[in-house]
Amino acid sequence: MSGAGASPPPDGGAWPAKAAPRGRSRRSLLLLAPLGVAAAAGAGFYAMLRGLGTGSYNPRGVPSALIGKAPPDFALPPLEGAERPGVSAADLRAHNGPLGRPVLVNFFASWCVPCVIEHPQLMRLAREGVPLLGIAYKDKPEDSLGFLRRHGNPFAKLGVDQPGRVAIDWGLYGVPETYLIDKEGIIRWRWAGPITNDTLGAELQPLLRRYA
Amino acid sequence: MRAGVDGGSAPMPPSGGKLSSGSTLGSETHTGVRGGVPSLAGVRGQRPRSYALVALLLLASPALAAVGDPAEQLRDPALEEKAREIGRELRCMVCQNQSIEDSDADLARDLRRIVREQVAAGRSEREVVAYLHDRYGDYVLLRPPLKPETVLLWATPAIALAGGVALVLAMRRRAAMAPEAAPLSAEEEARLAARLKDHPEA
Repeated sequence: MSGAGASPPPDGGAWPAKAAPRGRSRRSLLLLAPLGVAAAAGAGFYAMLRGLGTGSYNPRGVPSALIGKAPPDFALPPLEGAERPGVSAADLRAHNGPLGRPVLVNFFASWCVPCVIEHPQLMRLAREGVPLLGIAYKDKPEDSLGFLRRHGNPFAKLGVDQPGRVAIDWGLYGVPETYLIDKEGIIRWRWAGPITNDTLGAELQPLLRRYA
Repeated sequence: MRAGVDGGSAPMPPSGGKLSSGSTLGSETHTGVRGGVPSLAGVRGQRPRSYALVALLLLASPALAAVGDPAEQLRDPALEEKAREIGRELRCMVCQNQSIEDSDADLARDLRRIVREQVAAGRSEREVVAYLHDRYGDYVLLRPPLKPETVLLWATPAIALAGGVALVLAMRRRAAMAPEAAPLSAEEEARLAARLKDHPEA
């Protein structure tokens, strides 16, 4: 819509001949515009639905403020009866990192249903030799212990955060949540929600390779 | 209505992850599955009076939210008011469209407690907000900060207004500049005159 279209014709006869093709192309553009918008919206919705299906898109997802930073300072007592040492920030520091490998920190609870869904994937990671540090969040120790007896214990170290204060230092807003800490002791990835097989294949395993 | 809301230890969710046990709501899980959600099935099939009662309870429940719990509040009303003001600016990460002062979520209660602890310890509003911002990022602030990533967000009202003004101006300009009918040529004038002569009644 330039000024040329609105300016009066140089002579009386020129108008209709000039205006007709211009009007036609503009009309076809007006016809195509909604189609284009609908196609773009459709593609967007499809991507969202696909993301929802695979778990890579979470409409309620909140980015972690800790990515690229060192974990907060903390020390949690061990879970009595689990025969694993407690977890502290020292376990995640560069020079202390187990075998110079990336480490996963997983917050879980026995009362958390998605944690049950996630557990087989954690067991698989443990079998593959990935060091997993567990933190039992707002859970009675005997319940956590029962949960691990029932479903297996994938954790090399296991801390108890009954008041949930350490979890707040991590910026946790629900369970399960999993953090990847690289060899240098920097948080690289946070997953809020259960780690499914899809998450494992599409996100976590490539990251573990990248930071190995 | 929820057990264990006090200044001391955090309330414990029901054990064993059983879905229907007890009336205590558990902490939030990431798929929204909570332990111990009381079933409404028992209400079904009862007389309308029960429905009215349930409706009344549902209406009343926001007023019963933990925010009003005296056990949670600071004894000093001035400090309590300060804590509330801070809390109203902080988003509940679980419910997302409520402030931590308005939310009955477990995590919101923990955050309220932290805000009150820090206010009681004499921290300033800026320090308390910074404490939570360090942990939860911009998302915890109900009023997003102005920075490169949020310029578009803050500028949207101005952009929308400017767009509207531009649209109105363009429409008015176009209406003003609509081409007027060209004057008739000599040949056309002659044809018109001939027609008018043929049909004088027109």
